[in-house]
Amino acid sequence: MSASNYATERETTEGRVFNVTGGDWDDVVSGVDPINEGRIVVNMGPQHPSTHGVLRLVLELEGETVREARSVIGYLHTGIEKNLEYRNWVQGSTFVTRMDYLSPIFNETAYALAVEKLLGITDDVTERANTIRVLMMELNRISSHLVWVATTAMELGAINMMLYGFREREYILEIFELITGLRMNHAYVRPGGVAQDVPDEAIVKIGDFLKLLPKRLKEYEDLLSGQPIWLERTRNVAVLDVTGCVALGVTGPVLRSAGLAWDLRKTMPYCGYETYEFDVPTHADGDVWGRYLVRMAEMRESLKIIEQAVDRLKPGPVMVADKKIAWPAQLAIGVDGMGNSLEHVAKIMGQSMESLIHHFKLVTEGFRVPPGQVYVAVESPRGELGVHAVSDGGTRPYRVHYREPSFVNLQALPAMAEGGLIADVIAGGASLDPVMGGCDR
Amino acid sequence: MFGNQGSGDVSGFGGLVRPQRTIEDSPRPYGGYFDEVRDALEEAYPAFGEAIEHVVVDRGELTLHIRPERIAEVCQVMRDDPALRFELCSSVSGVDYLGADDRRLHVVYLLTSMTYRRRVRLEVAVSAEEPHLPSVTAVYPTADWQEREAYDMFGVIFDGHPALTRILMPDDWEGHPQRKDYPLGGVPVEYKGAEIPPPDKRRSYQ
Repeated sequence: MSASNYATERETTEGRVFNVTGGDWDDVVSGVDPINEGRIVVNMGPQHPSTHGVLRLVLELEGETVREARSVIGYLHTGIEKNLEYRNWVQGSTFVTRMDYLSPIFNETAYALAVEKLLGITDDVTERANTIRVLMMELNRISSHLVWVATTAMELGAINMMLYGFREREYILEIFELITGLRMNHAYVRPGGVAQDVPDEAIVKIGDFLKLLPKRLKEYEDLLSGQPIWLERTRNVAVLDVTGCVALGVTGPVLRSAGLAWDLRKTMPYCGYETYEFDVPTHADGDVWGRYLVRMAEMRESLKIIEQAVDRLKPGPVMVADKKIAWPAQLAIGVDGMGNSLEHVAKIMGQSMESLIHHFKLVTEGFRVPPGQVYVAVESPRGELGVHAVSDGGTRPYRVHYREPSFVNLQALPAMAEGGLIADVIAGGASLDPVMGGCDR
Repeated sequence: MFGNQGSGDVSGFGGLVRPQRTIEDSPRPYGGYFDEVRDALEEAYPAFGEAIEHVVVDRGELTLHIRPERIAEVCQVMRDDPALRFELCSSVSGVDYLGADDRRLHVVYLLTSMTYRRRVRLEVAVSAEEPHLPSVTAVYPTADWQEREAYDMFGVIFDGHPALTRILMPDDWEGHPQRKDYPLGGVPVEYKGAEIPPPDKRRSYQ
């Protein structure tokens, strides 16, 4: 049967080209003459359940073998970096948290660290604030890795794993909601500290989680690690060695799965990570299987860090003492759950004109940041998340650039996919763990 | 009030005129590993004096300002010299210093040495009329997409890049959105009877 019912065809200098928009795959393929070794160009995505969001892959296939793979991105570009330039420095946190929506705490922390470095107040951030940041980041790392295990397993055929992964992630989101008020997009880590203190109920809940997750991780491993299909689809698939990773700028679990123990928490510590005890898991093979093992091990290491962080939480301020950088208002629990302290409002409205002026100016314009530029990087679940922030001395960022690990790592996809089978494109792409919100910003 | 500095003034009046940044060399010794990096580069790269315009140390970070046509050579030396070994190009980003004429568009490279656990920033300035500089993709393949992004957003042209096309914006987009003279866009919104202008039309204290 001719493919012309389904596909328009035209002759080009390189042979006949079909434009396929739908229909039965068998009919489409039967339209290609196998003797002439016709290549098929397949557009996978941007709407495709196994490309992790709006990633589009243009694959040139020879039978089932991928000859060329190109990724097309930009479908989720929201201009966050440009928008930041029109808001003050504090408002930036609400924007950057929306970039990589699976690891919002990392986006915020990297931004806060950059602004603090520009202000020169890095050492003034209180111990409690730093401990809370570490605690939140490690919880976030687990929730992000859980989504990775869940979605990757689903894409490789283990649909039950998806339900379990998201179930445990839900638990972490509930902890986040308790602490920050929001399940995602928290804007919790602010320049100078964190927005509010951790309530006691959250510590109890984290304690429960620390007991729960090791059992659940064991279950996941029982489910996946010995399973023949999982092994077949991950072992020796999408291999990328250390040289390839470094040349292509790939960092994070993918680099560690190739054998290089490069983790910014150890190699260039921030937020006091040098004082925590944890290991950097690595693997030697550089394949999808290794990336799976590294991420599973990392979740266990994160649990260790969380345990230490909870032990270290000593009462104290969570924001720098400088009221010009901290939010000037006094927050208190009101009838609506959280609002300005009525006493504070009465004081600035009734007694102190100066307080009112300062309050107004700081809230509407924000604080000034001395001119200069900094680069700060944190180890996000996907690799090096860097912030290049430039100030011209004003109350708004002059330029903020995110070095997004999703964006940089995705460049490695052709290197992993070309020459392999089309099914392994899914495994390789998933093993990079790209989050398109972060990639496109 | 007007134009004064360091008074803790948060009124915004101090910033009525945005000062154009002048780059000043930092005095030696820089401290930390910065002296070693500079000396190693000076030794390994004969054209150091001509290619490096300024060496700045600020907030514990080393910035080398490089002449645009030399950037690929410098990167090659930075990567390959055993005393430097900046194996990883962490980040490439553009910055638009509107009003700085022939030094308007900056491209900033952040190199990381995994061997020595060091970072160094290379900065290049070109004009908006002649925004050409060599691509570093031959040295750091990871710069591929990042240079495409800088081209897309700022219109910097990296000569020798294998496929310098737009990456985040649609292929047929006109203009380079992150340039400072490119408007943010947006529509006014009504809120409780008042009309709130789009963010770039609001009163600014910059």
